[in-house]
Amino acid sequence: MVEQQPSPSISGFLDATAEVRRPLPDFAKDRATLVEMYAAMVLTRAFDTKAIALQRTGRLGTYASSLGQEAIGVGVASAMRPEDVFLPSFREHGAQLVRGVTLDELLLYWGGDERGNDFKGPRQDFPVCIPVASQFPHAAGVALAMKQKGEPGVAVAVAGDGATSKGDFYEAMNIVGAWQLPAVFVINNNQWAISVRRKDQTAAETLAQKAVAAGLPGEQVDGNDVIAVREAVGRALDRARAGEGGALIECLSYRLGDHTTADDASRYREEEEVSPRWKEEPVARLRKYLTDAHSWSKTDEEELLRSCREDVETAAERYLATGPEAARAMFDTLFAEMPADLAAPAEGLENG
Amino acid sequence: MAELTMIEAIRAALFRALEEDPDIVIFGEDVGIDGGVFRATDGLIQRFGAARVRDTPLSETVIAGVAVGAAAHGLRPVAEIQFMGFIYSAIDQLVNHAARLRNRTRGRLGCPMVLRAPFGGGVKAPEHHSESMEAMLAHIPGLRVVIPSSPTRAYGLLLAAIRDPDPVVFLEPKRLYRSVSEAVEDNGKALPLDRAFVLREGGDVTLVTWGAMVQESREAADLLADEGIFAEMIDLGTLKPYDRATVRDSVRKTGRCVIVHEAPLTAGFGAEIAADLAEHCLTSLLAPVRRVAGYDTVMPYPRLERHYMPSTARVVNAVRSVMEFT
Repeated sequence: MVEQQPSPSISGFLDATAEVRRPLPDFAKDRATLVEMYAAMVLTRAFDTKAIALQRTGRLGTYASSLGQEAIGVGVASAMRPEDVFLPSFREHGAQLVRGVTLDELLLYWGGDERGNDFKGPRQDFPVCIPVASQFPHAAGVALAMKQKGEPGVAVAVAGDGATSKGDFYEAMNIVGAWQLPAVFVINNNQWAISVRRKDQTAAETLAQKAVAAGLPGEQVDGNDVIAVREAVGRALDRARAGEGGALIECLSYRLGDHTTADDASRYREEEEVSPRWKEEPVARLRKYLTDAHSWSKTDEEELLRSCREDVETAAERYLATGPEAARAMFDTLFAEMPADLAAPAEGLENG
Repeated sequence: MAELTMIEAIRAALFRALEEDPDIVIFGEDVGIDGGVFRATDGLIQRFGAARVRDTPLSETVIAGVAVGAAAHGLRPVAEIQFMGFIYSAIDQLVNHAARLRNRTRGRLGCPMVLRAPFGGGVKAPEHHSESMEAMLAHIPGLRVVIPSSPTRAYGLLLAAIRDPDPVVFLEPKRLYRSVSEAVEDNGKALPLDRAFVLREGGDVTLVTWGAMVQESREAADLLADEGIFAEMIDLGTLKPYDRATVRDSVRKTGRCVIVHEAPLTAGFGAEIAADLAEHCLTSLLAPVRRVAGYDTVMPYPRLERHYMPSTARVVNAVRSVMEFT
């Protein structure tokens, strides 16, 4: 049986009960920084809750929740700099929010409106990548552009455990290694690729070890410990920024929810498996640590929850009040300049 | 003005592009020190260095995917797939990313990349090296598919493709790489994309073709002229977006159309042309539109390939049949 519990050998700082396992990195000694990361995780969860509610009431499209994996997105993005480029899979809302994508944009995207990908914040970040693992070659390409232009940035791509079975993942890691590109690949190992368990996905003992084949460093971190995720990604980013090449980081977590709103996980996994995992989840873990070590109070907590819910509610109201684009928008940005071949159908559409 | 073969004209265009824009990078398998298996990139690494002319690991997925990422982040990659027969693992990147990045970000990110690939038969190449699958690519919205048919058009269209802000698949008929040469002025001037070229004017029948089949079509037109049948010959140049207007105008004038392509008949790009003419030029047509194409078979190995590829005689016979139609 492949080890799936974050074991003591896996890099982490806070254990499931929020006890400190080893000396914290400097950023994690700062209350304001920890509170900021905590707030981002709480906002991510509030967003997830609202998005699912909207989908269940027919007001949002199929949606992929990040429940239980908030530390990965938030840890990754909080380690990044604005000039880096983020290339997300479809489950990294937390990272996108930290990067400056707005709640409104996320709702527009998941509500079926391309304007949700026209981020006003991180203009260079990629939109969500649905074809699994196909964003890894893009990250290598972005990293090539950065290297070629002498930019100090790093490309950071995230995908799930299932993505590591794809050629795109291996092939992209391989070129990152061969060309020593500043690209960091992060795996959100939430133990499930829809209905396929991690142990059935690959006989490899860890996903991190797949980096060995490409000559990259690979490591496993406790993906439910936001401090561990940020620290490991931060180290990889520093290394890449210094011209020492890319890395692979496997974040061990657990998908507490369904794959998406179109999925029913009860068809393939027992509730008895899921409930113990709630004891390891990242939001409660950091809350406990903040409470124990930084006098995070009930009032602080209530105030944060209230403000996150309010932000999400107002964003949802704005989203619901936003009408669709004019139909010809599907033509307008297909090419930089509309070819003559498309002008007639675009015109015809306009005239009904 | 130098006499250049198509491969030399392609190399001249690449050289000029690298010279004029520091954001252009060339990468692919064996494009560096080897200069490409057909020598399209010969000498470029010596002149522009290994940072701008890069040998990739052997992965078509990565060649296309890295091109997408690099293009979206400010480079202008001109990537090579060694043979079109190996492009299929890159199709995911073309369909799902290159062709739709601008659209799905509503213009925030663009994808100014060129993917070059030799294609087509007639050079007795091994299995998987001779197919013509351009229609598959032309079906992808948001992607330009450009095919040159002479050294001059290879030079001008490749420069246009490289300077274009959107993704272009540039398919090079390898049968023409060295079979013809002509005076090509290396003046940096691009030819227009999305515009068909009327290579010869004539009033009796319109021959629509592209790539290597321009050769057979031209030979057929010469033979037919001896019989008093004057063909107007159109080289599409850009398959997609398709220059409907030029073809329709010609067919409205001639009333007859024969489409010639090396690719398999069914769902080949000729089908789109014929359908468009049926929709828009029915009253001008004096005869059914005919297609001369490859068969709906697997591309045969070299011993049989000449039987597969449309011959001049097949084009002549097709034209005669539409001329005789009453």
